[in-house]
Amino acid sequence: MSEAIKVARTYLRPDKKLPTVWCGGCGLGIIMSAMLRAIANVGVDKNKVAVVSGIGCTGRMPTYVDFNTLHTTHGRGLAFATGVKVARPELTVIAAMGDGDALAIGGNHFIHACRRNIDMTAVVANNQIYGMTGGQYSPTTPHGKRGTTAPYGNVEHAFDTAALAVGAGATFVARTSVYHAREAAALIEKAIRHKGFSVVEVMANCHTSYGRMNKFASPVDMLEWMRDNSVPVKAAERMDAKDLEGKFTRGIMVETEKPEFIQAYDELAERMVADPAAVAGVKKIIQAYDEMADQLKSTEG
Amino acid sequence: MSESKGRMQVLQGNEACAVGALAAGVNFFGGYPITPSSEIAEVMSQCLPLMGGRFIQMEDEIASIAAIVGASLAGAKAMTATSGPGFSLMQENIGFAAIAEVPCLIVNVQRAGPSTGLPTQPAQADVQQTRWGTHGDHAMIALAPSSVLECFTMTVDCINLSERYRTPVVLLSDEVIGHMRESVTLPAPGTYRVEPRKLPEEDGSDYRPYCECEGDPLPALSAFGDEHRYHVTGLTHDARGFPTMVKEEVDLKIRGIVGKIENCADELASYEEFMIDDADVLLFAYGSTARVAKSSVRDLRKRGVRAGLLRTRTIWPFSSTRLQELSEQMKLVVVPEMNLGQLSLEVERAVCGATEVRQLGKVDGDLFTPDEIAEFTMEAVGK
Repeated sequence: MSEAIKVARTYLRPDKKLPTVWCGGCGLGIIMSAMLRAIANVGVDKNKVAVVSGIGCTGRMPTYVDFNTLHTTHGRGLAFATGVKVARPELTVIAAMGDGDALAIGGNHFIHACRRNIDMTAVVANNQIYGMTGGQYSPTTPHGKRGTTAPYGNVEHAFDTAALAVGAGATFVARTSVYHAREAAALIEKAIRHKGFSVVEVMANCHTSYGRMNKFASPVDMLEWMRDNSVPVKAAERMDAKDLEGKFTRGIMVETEKPEFIQAYDELAERMVADPAAVAGVKKIIQAYDEMADQLKSTEG
Repeated sequence: MSESKGRMQVLQGNEACAVGALAAGVNFFGGYPITPSSEIAEVMSQCLPLMGGRFIQMEDEIASIAAIVGASLAGAKAMTATSGPGFSLMQENIGFAAIAEVPCLIVNVQRAGPSTGLPTQPAQADVQQTRWGTHGDHAMIALAPSSVLECFTMTVDCINLSERYRTPVVLLSDEVIGHMRESVTLPAPGTYRVEPRKLPEEDGSDYRPYCECEGDPLPALSAFGDEHRYHVTGLTHDARGFPTMVKEEVDLKIRGIVGKIENCADELASYEEFMIDDADVLLFAYGSTARVAKSSVRDLRKRGVRAGLLRTRTIWPFSSTRLQELSEQMKLVVVPEMNLGQLSLEVERAVCGATEVRQLGKVDGDLFTPDEIAEFTMEAVGK
């Protein structure tokens, strides 16, 4: 049995969830497959994985994968994921988001998740358009490119997702594309293994909406564009801004360490439990502190 | 709540609410600061780390409720606290919790609105927002405390109800109740009921998180990380949680989330009745207004009006039964509330023309005085 079939049989839901809602040739299938191969390589128990999403084409990804899956409201995936992870830290939590979902309506949640450094992974599928609603321009649609709400060309400017994540304090940030499918799997795997908040941006083709309006005749043209216009991070360091115009960098942008939220919180809590002043402060409000604390600890999951 | 063994202490309503939450087993709080509710977050941030729980301050109220719904799905008893502007932002994911049937508690310490309004002044103007704030058909459970003690007991009740009905529940407090300090003797642990999170007994392969047929008992909610690996979505879904557009399944889902609560309206109804037996004028009130209305009843009695008070603790689902019974003996029902007509609309529907219903609204940011309510009532009965 090939590795791909094995991964599919192990991690795709067995019961009537396929085919996906995605168009034939959509890049999201490659991203889903990269995510599954990454999870397989890390070797996490399926019961201990939660995949969370928001709304849009990418939002449908959790439906197909055999984990604890949570398809939430538009832009809020990371906020829900935060609750899941903080309530149950032993879970491996992955948030799958599109560019509109992560960076427009969910932009605030995105930067604060980067800042907080909770040990989970955001996979941002960036197809530079709102696909599900029919091709409206998104926060990553390049200046001048067309969308159904930018019929004469986009007058706004695009976010550089990875740079935004770096600026907001994410401790692991990487970017690749669906053309570089193996690299995508390897980067997502590294992101999952990273202790802290990790972001992997994967440039993806939406030939149906973006390609149709921006002179890409087929998904293959879009994949070739990714091949020809992506520059490895190292190579980009030797290039000037003019040479990089219209291209994107790929590879690991940041890989660093800072105290992880839950670990830091729990360490602090442990110190406070042993701190007479802190205990006295709580007892001032809660007379039945001892009994209630025992009760709460005994019901902990 | 049975008799307590605790000592008397002076507590603020918001503090009592936080203590009640901890008593009910809340071990996750996600919130965003807002007057006049912030003390609840502050007390939770102080107590949770020492009691095996976790607190997180989110980037806004949208994220706060998202986080508590996520935490609840991971098995935590989870809550947030807010006021009008934050409550408006939460509506989106209150709807998510309603359709996904995820237990959680939202405390709304009401202040005067709309918009920023009067951040430090009381109001009762979120009554209908609580019921209808999120889009789509759904039902709601909301309780309104009138004292510091009730901030404790009703928070416990709210958590229990959210677990029993697998639904978001709102504690509809107000600025006066939240910031008021009273001497209270809180019930001791073991003297009040704490509904545990019910976990499914069946194994993973056959697990259904939602009802399959009309009238099925509500299935237990598995916690993420246990062995069930199920799907949760805000899309209309089937018994396994997967999206569906099958008419029968959609209809079952929506009628199910409404019916499981609305059909229990009488069971959930809870009142305090004061001088009701011989009354022919009824004051119908809730929250801080009900405290004032009690004084008004005494005043009115002195002035020859046979007034009585029906204080409702349950705001939603609204039960008509007791009001219908009482309306037969009343020549007038007065509904004082700090808004321009919200719960009075429900009273009118319940009384259904059997007697006159008059709303007394107040929206200047001040609490009613007993005189205001008494004078209005005297005038309305023609004395």
